[in-house]
Amino acid sequence: MESLGVVIAFYVLSTITIGSALAVFLLRNLVHAIVLLVLSFLGMAGLFLTLSADFIAISQILIYAGAISVLLVFAVMLTPLGSRDNANSLYINIGAPVGFLISLLIGFMAWNTSWNELSSNEIKQRDFTDTIREIGDQLLDKHLLSFEVASVLLLFALVGAIILVKEVKKEEDLIVESENS
Amino acid sequence: MMIITLAHYLTVSGIIFGIGIAIALSKRNVIAVLMGVELMLNASNLVLLSFSRFGGLYNSEVAPVTGHVFVVFVLTVAAAEAAVALAMAVLMYRNRETVDLDRIGSMRW
Repeated sequence: MESLGVVIAFYVLSTITIGSALAVFLLRNLVHAIVLLVLSFLGMAGLFLTLSADFIAISQILIYAGAISVLLVFAVMLTPLGSRDNANSLYINIGAPVGFLISLLIGFMAWNTSWNELSSNEIKQRDFTDTIREIGDQLLDKHLLSFEVASVLLLFALVGAIILVKEVKKEEDLIVESENS
Repeated sequence: MMIITLAHYLTVSGIIFGIGIAIALSKRNVIAVLMGVELMLNASNLVLLSFSRFGGLYNSEVAPVTGHVFVVFVLTVAAAEAAVALAMAVLMYRNRETVDLDRIGSMRW
């Protein structure tokens, strides 16, 4: 964290991320809120890049800004009679203060704890070039069991989502069909 | 000379986590609540990555990517969660013609 570019990038990207996350909370249109949520995800990917996590940044753009946002837009389009106004319920009287207090608490703890963190010189000494190779090595070596469990989880999520939204035929239709055949 | 430390990253992630909690608690639309949950997961990813970058307690022979591996799993679980939860929102709409959480009080009726 020594070059000026990283410092500027950090401040610009965190402004973008926090600003668009706030806009998701404040905007009065659900579709606009989804667009700004994508902007927030992209800013977060940039923050990951400043932490030299290139593979995670690319995955973030692919999965969050690509897949999950398309899924959200699909869900909005599949609920055409639902409200589009991104309104708040009465729980905003609890929710907004709770969110604010948690932000305050985490910020306070972040600045008042000695984290025993590395200095920038030590980080430089420890630098390695290829995160993708290292992540792949560890994923198939130390974390192999969790890797396999994650694949099973994805399979279950796929099957579960398909079963949930599948059109269920009514019983009368089935009876009529069996009589016809 | 300005230096970006671990506390800067933790502050940003705390702010985003707080906004996510506020969205998830106070929105009426199910899809908006899900957006808040996604923001919270993102903030946790940022914490994991920044500790992986700055953590001083790590064995220096191995490249410190355990945090990265953890983030990969969080991404996987977030994708699965979003798919199933949005399927549930669509199902809710099909049965009740609304996605408004104030008008959905019971699991069955």
